[in-house]
Formats: sequence, C-alpha cells, structure tokens
Amino acid sequence: MPKRLIVLMVALLLACAAYLFWGLSGPRWGFVLGLRALKLAGMLLVGAAVAVATVLFQTVSRNRILTPQIMGFDALYVLLQTALVASLGVTGFAGLGDLGKFALEVAAMVALAVVLFGTLLGRAGQDIPRLILTGVILGVMFRALTGFVARVLDPNAYAVVQSASFASFSRVEAGLLPLAALLVLVAVALALRFGPALDVLALGRPMALSLGLAHDRLLRGVLALVAVLVAVSTALVGPVAFLGLILTGLAHVATPSHHHRALLPMAIVLGGLVLVAGQTLFERAFGLQSALSVVIEGLGGLFFLWLLLKGKLR
Amino acid sequence: MGRACLILLAVLLPLAAVSLLVGAAGMDAQIFALSRLPRTLAVILTGAALAIAGVVMQQLVRNRFVEPGTTGTAEGAALGLLAITLWAPAAPIWAKMVVASLSAMAATALFLRLIRALPPREVLLVPLVGIVFSGVLGAVVTFIGWQTDLMQMIGIWLMMGEFSGVIAGRYELLWIAGGAAVLAWAAADRFAILSLGPEAAIGLGLSPDAVMRLGLVVVSVTMALVIVTVGMIPFVGLVVPNIVSRRMGDNLRTTLPVTALAGAVLVLTCDIVGRLVRYPYEMPVGTVLGVLGAGLFLWLLYREPARA
Repeated sequence: MPKRLIVLMVALLLACAAYLFWGLSGPRWGFVLGLRALKLAGMLLVGAAVAVATVLFQTVSRNRILTPQIMGFDALYVLLQTALVASLGVTGFAGLGDLGKFALEVAAMVALAVVLFGTLLGRAGQDIPRLILTGVILGVMFRALTGFVARVLDPNAYAVVQSASFASFSRVEAGLLPLAALLVLVAVALALRFGPALDVLALGRPMALSLGLAHDRLLRGVLALVAVLVAVSTALVGPVAFLGLILTGLAHVATPSHHHRALLPMAIVLGGLVLVAGQTLFERAFGLQSALSVVIEGLGGLFFLWLLLKGKLR
Repeated sequence: MGRACLILLAVLLPLAAVSLLVGAAGMDAQIFALSRLPRTLAVILTGAALAIAGVVMQQLVRNRFVEPGTTGTAEGAALGLLAITLWAPAAPIWAKMVVASLSAMAATALFLRLIRALPPREVLLVPLVGIVFSGVLGAVVTFIGWQTDLMQMIGIWLMMGEFSGVIAGRYELLWIAGGAAVLAWAAADRFAILSLGPEAAIGLGLSPDAVMRLGLVVVSVTMALVIVTVGMIPFVGLVVPNIVSRRMGDNLRTTLPVTALAGAVLVLTCDIVGRLVRYPYEMPVGTVLGVLGAGLFLWLLYREPARA
C-alpha cells in the first residue's frame, strides 16, 4: 500500500474520532454518540459514492473536469422521485415503504441514465464544450420539470421538493443507510474488480476495441454504476455538484498513477476526509450547521471556472 | 412595418385578450383596471425587454449562446437587491433599482473581463463559463440568504419569476425597461458594428468602448428592473434572438422590433399556460419557461447551422 494512502487513512481515522468524541459529555452521551455515528456513516458513504462516481464518469467521458452532477444526473434523480410520486399517487407511494421506494427510484434512474447519457456520450464524444453545455442545460430542464410536476401534483407540495434542492451534510436520511451502504460497497467492489478494464476504457473507443475490450457494454455498465452512486448520494444528503471535482482533483495530486486501483481508494479516503473534517470544523468550531455544503460548492465552482478559463478541458 | 411584425402582432393581440379574460376572480371593472390590464402589460413589456437585452448581450459578447441570465447580470442584480434589502430595508424602490442596476453592471463587466482569457475558437466555452459564473454568484446569494433568513424571499421572488403579484402601482417601472429597449433599437446599427469586433468598429469611426458602455447600461438596467418587479425569467433572451436571427438574418434595425414582439408572444404564452395548467392555481412563468426554453436551447445547440 502506498505511504500517502496510509497517511490519509490515519488522518481520516483521526477526523472520525474527533467528530465522534469532540465535546461529548453530559448524561445523554450514549444517545448523542449514536446520532453522531449515524451521521458519520452517512458522510463516509456519501464521500465514497461521490468520489467513485466522479472518477468513473471522468473515465467514460475522457476528461478531468466533469462530474455526473454537472451533467444533470442528480437533477434527473430528483425529477424521477417527483414523477414517481405523481404517477403512483401519494398513498400508493407510501405503501411501498422507504426501502421499496428507494429501490424503485434507483432502478428507474439506472435505466434512464444509461439510455440518455449513453446516447449523449456516444454522440458528442469529440465536442466536449457542447457535451458539458448539453448536460448543464439538461440539468436546468430537469429541475424546471421537477417544479412543474410538483406544482401540477399539488400546488402546496412544492415545499417538499424545494427542501430537496439544497444539500446538507448534517441531515442524513438514516432509514436508507443500510441499503445505501450495501449499494456503495457493491459498486466500489465492482469498480475495483474491473479496474484494469477501466484503465483500458480510458484510452478511448478505438484503442479499447483493438485491445479486445467490449467497449460499449462496459461503458453502459459504468454509467449504471454512476447512476446508482449518484442516486445514493442525492438521496442521503441532496445535490452536490462540484464536490466530486474537488475530490478527483485532490486524488490526482495525491497519486501520480492513472490506474483505477490506485486512484479509487485515494479518492474514497479523500472524500471521507474532506466531509468529516470539514463538518467537524464547521459544526463544532464555527457553529455553522449547513454551511459546509455551500462552502464546498462555492470553492468547487470557482475551481471549475478556473479549469475552464485555463482551457484544461481534457 | 414588415410582414413578420404584422404576423406577430396578429398573434399577440388575441393572446393579450385571452390574458385579460383569464383569471380566478370574476370580472368587473375594478379587477380589470387593477389586476388584469397591469399584468398583461407587465408580461408584454418584460418579454420584449428581455428579448432585446438578450440581443444586446449577444452583440457585446459576440457569442450567440449567451443571455443576461447566463452572464452573471441577473445574479448580480439579485445580489445588489439583497444587499440593499439587508442594509436599508426601508429604501424607496428607485434606490433599490439603482443599486441593483449598478451591481448587475459590475457583475457583467467582470464576466466580460473573464471571457477575454478564453481561446477565441471555443465558442461554447463562453456560455459555459457564464453559467458557472452565474452559479457561483447565485451560491453567494443563497449563502447570504441562509445566514439572514431571507431564503423565502430569494426562493420565491428572485429565483423564480412570476407575474401573479403584479397589480396597478407595482409594475410601472417596467416601462423604463421598455424605454431601454427603444434606446437599444435607436442604437441598433452601433451594436451591429460592435459585433464585427473592436478593430472593425474603430475602422468605421466608432468608439467600441462607448458602445460597450451603452450596451452594459441597457442590459443591466433592463435586468435590474425585471428582477425587482417580477424576478428571474430564464431563456427568453437566449432563444428568441436566435430563432429570429435564424429566420431573418442579422440586420438589427429590422430584426429588433420582431425580436421584441416575439419575446412578448413567448412570455405571454407561457404566462397563460402557467395560469391555465392547474387552474385556479398558478404555475410561475419561470418554471414554464425553464422547461420550454431549455428544450428550445438544446434544439438550437444541435441543429444544423441555417447558413454556411
């Protein structure tokens, strides 16, 4: 194992300990600890999901500035959530239970994302600015459609949708954690298992084909994984557009290797570290509960702007 | 008046009649004078002004895929409005207007400065940088809103334009936006020359900086007025000028009136749709346009070029 990864893992452990035990006192410490552990688990899962989703998406789109969320994946998920409520009715939806609902949403998300973004990546593969612009506009359209469907559904239910349009790392949907953990673990295991194939995929279609890789099938599989991971992170904390960009940027700094088996663990550990350390600082030191997502998104947006202005499109 | 203008007028007038007749309350003289008529006028003025502001912005940036909503202008105006709402909540509306215009101008100037660094061949990078730049400004607005408990105002008023709040006495500022649009039409030839590039402009005896400043003022004042009175309305300034220029070319003096009328028709149609789709409730016109405008934009992005 490379030395830097070990250092980062130790830092992550320290950050987790700080998050769990900082200021822990009083008669109800057991309850507080349980609550914190849930949030911690949520953050680690989201960090891993966002990191892996972004690395995989950057591999299939063959550039380093995209995240699935910039391309409208999370907006698609929120739209699906709303559309499912609209088509099943509020009562039919409640009958499914939290987990059944989530499973249905993830399944619909995978199907749609593979069709939509598979076509998009295949079609506009060369013209990267047009690809990104399309994704951004699709995101705008999905969000507007969500508002549209929500208001047609029930003019007063709009507040429910609106609360899902800002991310917050201090508000984790605890009921979804077991299934979310399972999905993330399976996705990470698959990504690591197919690491060498992904390395070949990153070379581009002609090269991958001539090296004997079933390119199109693998691409669809990767998009499905990305869709699952984005669904998990969006369901747990809400939309985070630029977090993944920061994580992959840091991961590329931390490891010189382009091999997925080196890059993925680094990005996952960094994801946990950024979220846990950031949340500890903001929640405990500055007393700002929901500020972390805004700050991360703001910094990530500036980073993205800088990459664009520097012309680092690939 | 050209044929296109007549056709659009023939569409606009019945739409205006529909807009005057549709509403949740029964019709009487007072409702008509206080609510229906101001609302219809406000929609028409907003649509026309936004479309013209879009044309002017596209000439300033020399790029077809931008509009004031994606160059930081709208978010700049929102930021200025938020600032004065926090510091001087009792300030009269014209003071709010001036502050919003000034900050919209500053944001737009910053954007124009930013895109100078871009490689000239990458046409689509300009709108992309604009969207992200607007997003960053929007994040600042959101952050301040969270910290000061003004999210309600931001979410409902600024970010999602709608006309349901328009009554007599609360829309008249939009006439100034209409005036700015007329000013843009009077200076149409200058904007057309500016879009050829600064060298060509100087060669033709025109100071590019002066025209640039005029354009900035027109766009910023229009956006500030629209945002103060109705909120953000996406895509009008982008899709309308593109569609008009696709059909009629780029002679601004003849196309600007058509663009203004087409903008009015688009926004009025969307407003009526928003009022009817869940009658007697209302859908904000910004939501309707978000869906329709995004679709039109994608079509513009992927269509074959009209002329070689």
